[in-house]
Amino acid sequence: MNRLHRFFRTPEAIAGALILALLVAMALAASLLFPGDPQAIAGPALLPPFQDWSLPLGTDRLGRDVLAELFHGARTSLAVGLAAAAAALLIGTVVGTLAGFAGGLIDEVLMRITDAFQTVPGFLLALAFVSIVGPSLGVVVVAIALSAWTGPARVARAEVLSIRERDYVAGARVIGMHPIAIAFREVLPNALPPVLALSSVIVAAAILTEAALSFLGLGDPNRVTWGGMIAEGRTVLRTAPYLSIVPGIALVLTVLGVYLAGEGVVESSAVRRSLS
Amino acid sequence: MSLLTVSNLAKRYRRRGRPFPAVDDVSFEVNPAETLALAGPSGSGKSTIARLVLRLIEPDAGSIEFEGADFLALSGAALRTRRARLQMVFQDPLAAFNPRATVARVLDDPLRIHGLASRTERPRRIAALLERVGLETGLAGRAIHEISGGQRQRVAIARAIATKPSLIVLDEAVSALDVSVRGQILELLLDLQRQERIAYLFISHDLGVIRAVAHRVVILEAGRIAESGDARAVIANPQSAIGKALVAATPRLHGNTAS
Repeated sequence: MNRLHRFFRTPEAIAGALILALLVAMALAASLLFPGDPQAIAGPALLPPFQDWSLPLGTDRLGRDVLAELFHGARTSLAVGLAAAAAALLIGTVVGTLAGFAGGLIDEVLMRITDAFQTVPGFLLALAFVSIVGPSLGVVVVAIALSAWTGPARVARAEVLSIRERDYVAGARVIGMHPIAIAFREVLPNALPPVLALSSVIVAAAILTEAALSFLGLGDPNRVTWGGMIAEGRTVLRTAPYLSIVPGIALVLTVLGVYLAGEGVVESSAVRRSLS
Repeated sequence: MSLLTVSNLAKRYRRRGRPFPAVDDVSFEVNPAETLALAGPSGSGKSTIARLVLRLIEPDAGSIEFEGADFLALSGAALRTRRARLQMVFQDPLAAFNPRATVARVLDDPLRIHGLASRTERPRRIAALLERVGLETGLAGRAIHEISGGQRQRVAIARAIATKPSLIVLDEAVSALDVSVRGQILELLLDLQRQERIAYLFISHDLGVIRAVAHRVVILEAGRIAESGDARAVIANPQSAIGKALVAATPRLHGNTAS
């Protein structure tokens, strides 16, 4: 496991991996440690943190357990972040590969569509989409993916444009390989690493967008989200700032962890690329 | 009857907005089991001709007849099927293979694409191909980047002969190899030609190598044919200015025409 070894060489990558591991553990343990409904009332309202050890992080305006909400919120953030990034990478890679490999009119049409999506601010697009279709977890994922696929599409197209001129693509044509097989067997796998390097940025942006949508009340109303918790706390910001600060810190740490781990992956794969 | 007939081939590129003739009115033919060398300095259009003959790029004018049929008229599946008979070996054996490929996969592709062997039969065919080019069959499981440059070029030759072609285009196929390996690869190519009656279109800037392997030579300058003829005769007594310059630039030939 040479690759893994290289990944854990930098302290940034280790810190990122630890934060992500903690986040995943929180998401997985949420229903074990806090089996009930996290939105149920658990104690007196507005209990400050570290007062009652059965409610370590206190309670919110309605008396809900903040720690339970934090754990269940990790689940939402992680699910939305990963699903949206996966969808964005998939759409972007397929569009970029087709555009770069086909060239000509297909390239023009696909890239103008990409331009159109890119000129609309991503958050506005997500906001408009969720307001029209209605808030639910799936819609939020689609809304975020809709604004995030253009980056991977551009990177994939640029990579494909350079790879399709390589000798091994000419070699595949000489042995009579079908163009579709060349695009997806010879070109795409070699175009992927720089596209995947974008994934940490996209996951982090997706988590933030989801939080912002929830903050504006456009998140899935049946799920606890960190953005929603911050929005809840806003009304009592002067008297109980911890209600906004605690999920805020969780959000900052998560985004930081995703970035750091992403950097680590890019670093370790950069070494591998320069060797081969 | 000739195997490959190229007539009045032309290809223009645009360089700084101006049309620039890369290949200009080039005609030649290759007979079965014969080696025709294309020689010339950098930018003389050698590699462009190779890519035109292989239909990797399309010519602006001219015709290419291969195995008695109009090669330029083919497209789609018909072209892909015919490609089995016309193969290529590239200069840089590392760039010529997918960096993720293994030796087995590289040799499996042509057999699978042209339906030359069933799935269960292919490993045996791959081993036979490796043996034919002088490699150990145990190399099949290795990644392309794990083997040496000379081994890689042997794999490239194995891939080229997998589909039993009648013509192989060798684009500077031995130029990137060191001298001792170069001799072995040339021996292998000559041996394959004798046994399988394969014709070669041998592209090189090295007249020493050309004299060793080619029957006839075509010397190119700026996309046009400067002179052509029997390889030994042309190299011993070049008529064109560019032919003389190429011979003078090859130390092993200069002042040593007696061998």
